[in-house]
Amino acid sequence: MAEEQKKLLIVENLKKYFPIKMGFNKYKYVQAVEDVSFSINKGETLGLVGESGCGKTTCGRTVLRLYEPTSGKIIYDGNVIFNGESKNNPDMLPYRRKMQMIFQDPSASLDPRMTVGEIIGEAIDIHHLAASKKDRDDMIRMLLEEVGLNTEHSNRYPHEFSGGQQQRVGIARALAVQPEFIVCDEPISALDVSIQSQVVNMLEDMQKEKDLTYLFIAHDISVVRHISNRIGVMYLGNLVELAESYELSRNPLHPYTKTLLSAVPIPDPDKCRARRRIVLEGDIPSPVDPPSGCRFHTRCPYAMACCSESRPPWKEYAPGHFAACWLLEKSGG
Amino acid sequence: MKEEKIENIGTSEPKQEKLLEVKDLKVSFFTPVGEVKAVDGISYELNYDEVMGIVGESGSGKSVEAYSIIGLLQSPGKVVGGSIKFEGQDVLDWDKKRMRAFRGNQISMIFQNPMTCLNPVYTVGNQMVEALRCHHKEISKAEAKEKAVEMLKLVGINNAEKRVDQYPHELSGGMRQRVMIAMALICSPKVLIADEPTTALDVTIQAQILELMKDLQKKTHMAIIFITHNLGVVAEICDRVSVMYAGHIVEQGTCQDVFYHPHHPYTLGLLRSMPKIDAESYERLIPIEGTPVDLLNPPAGCSFGPRCEHCMKICLTQKPPLVPVGENNHIAACWLLQKDAILAGKKEAEQNG
Repeated sequence: MAEEQKKLLIVENLKKYFPIKMGFNKYKYVQAVEDVSFSINKGETLGLVGESGCGKTTCGRTVLRLYEPTSGKIIYDGNVIFNGESKNNPDMLPYRRKMQMIFQDPSASLDPRMTVGEIIGEAIDIHHLAASKKDRDDMIRMLLEEVGLNTEHSNRYPHEFSGGQQQRVGIARALAVQPEFIVCDEPISALDVSIQSQVVNMLEDMQKEKDLTYLFIAHDISVVRHISNRIGVMYLGNLVELAESYELSRNPLHPYTKTLLSAVPIPDPDKCRARRRIVLEGDIPSPVDPPSGCRFHTRCPYAMACCSESRPPWKEYAPGHFAACWLLEKSGG
Repeated sequence: MKEEKIENIGTSEPKQEKLLEVKDLKVSFFTPVGEVKAVDGISYELNYDEVMGIVGESGSGKSVEAYSIIGLLQSPGKVVGGSIKFEGQDVLDWDKKRMRAFRGNQISMIFQNPMTCLNPVYTVGNQMVEALRCHHKEISKAEAKEKAVEMLKLVGINNAEKRVDQYPHELSGGMRQRVMIAMALICSPKVLIADEPTTALDVTIQAQILELMKDLQKKTHMAIIFITHNLGVVAEICDRVSVMYAGHIVEQGTCQDVFYHPHHPYTLGLLRSMPKIDAESYERLIPIEGTPVDLLNPPAGCSFGPRCEHCMKICLTQKPPLVPVGENNHIAACWLLQKDAILAGKKEAEQNG
């Protein structure tokens, strides 16, 4: 099925390092995203989960070239938008119309000194999408209605809205340029529980209506599982597992995925008290000095000698189900 | 073990003294734009050796309520009514000195963000020793430090002898929260108030901290008030739950009752709106429509009324009382639960009139 669909975005061996100055002319690097490859089909939602600091947000931003990648290759809709080997990469402005982003914290990502109408209108102006002033106003009005806000709201400032409404403004802003692809970076984690499901449903409706493709980044695996077709699990800059969502939760291969799934609190007293939970020791190591070999080996309950020596290969163990773990390799999976 | 405990709560004998009794507590914030009734008349009891969960969205008053128990409520917040009884004595009557002796010793608190709650310029050990010697002057510094190391070991910090001399910034988020817990427990309090202790943490670290708290509760038999917005966390650790909305308790009961037989539309709505990790196939979420209440202009009747799908006329004009809806002190505040009784009453009145 996956083969028949058109691949909208292909990411190959993407790397993003952030330099930290350690003294005169001495640098260390935070290896935020290390050798990540995936592709997203048109109309699909790919979820990225992981703990804080695992590089999921950096990955999302690097794909849009909001951060310039260190190396790797990004192909969008058949066009190479970044190639680490070439020196002159294309200008992103025309692609910005097609690739948009919804940010995590709506109160921080909206300019407090612009009205909602100006915030949404700015995107329309940059890409010259409106022929006349009336046209522009109509577009803003329509966008506000689409995300469930009142049209009078366009004259108000962001602080006059609740968190859920601010996030709706953020979504309207992203939709203003009629994009094809949206990176949703933790769009609901700053919202109240009762508002989260409203926004999730709205994102789903928009996707159906406008044939959008999402890269959905979140730390809450139950939400990601709900909204995504496929899920990629990240740990310390590496993609450790990638599979169709239900396959991933039913049959997780990587020990880290198993841990994540078992760590999610279930709102069901009997079930969550009956289950056996894998509790990891320790914390995430620093991405400045990541562990050698498999980056998970310092916390992995099944770590073997070879895990610290070399990186496990990224392999397809079942149709569409990729993982990188020596355990699978050794058991002949 | 757990089941036994829950049964005990159900058949709570009236003569047994309650550890903590909150009655009709009202807390208001006097802001320049008007009075905000953050907590508007809530009552509950906390028994010995019990974990009570308080769930609610931001602004539901769950933290404010906890701060007023421990006497940390800051201006412009003020307790305007009700009583808080700790082992029979009203905490609100105590002066500052008495309150200081009580806080940290009998009751202590852990906060949401361990980084902002630990003092960055003192070592971990220094702060823990201070907490202990503040209440027990007879303990020497050396002994207190020994105790601090012992507590750090108890909360599962490796290399405690070394960690005790480190500063908070040298520890990771999960470790800081462990230090917070160790510090809160160093005087063996009877009640621990945990205000969103796992919200700032990652899921795998959250699992570690929850396991630790469950374990410590079993060992020390302290009572815990666990404040969170995460229903999953409540299901995991709590014996009883209070669901709060806009300063009111809308439903209260044992964990099993509230999760399996929710009676208030808000509780039901919350449970329905969460994606299930074990769902076999795609199910569209059923959200609670509308936005949280503006506490400056709260609705006249039931505060959840404007968002409720079953909203009736009476809901918009009168506040529903908490009524028993099942065994084990399961109570809920919703006119829907009294619909039949009200209709019957009306009919009777019509017939008589």
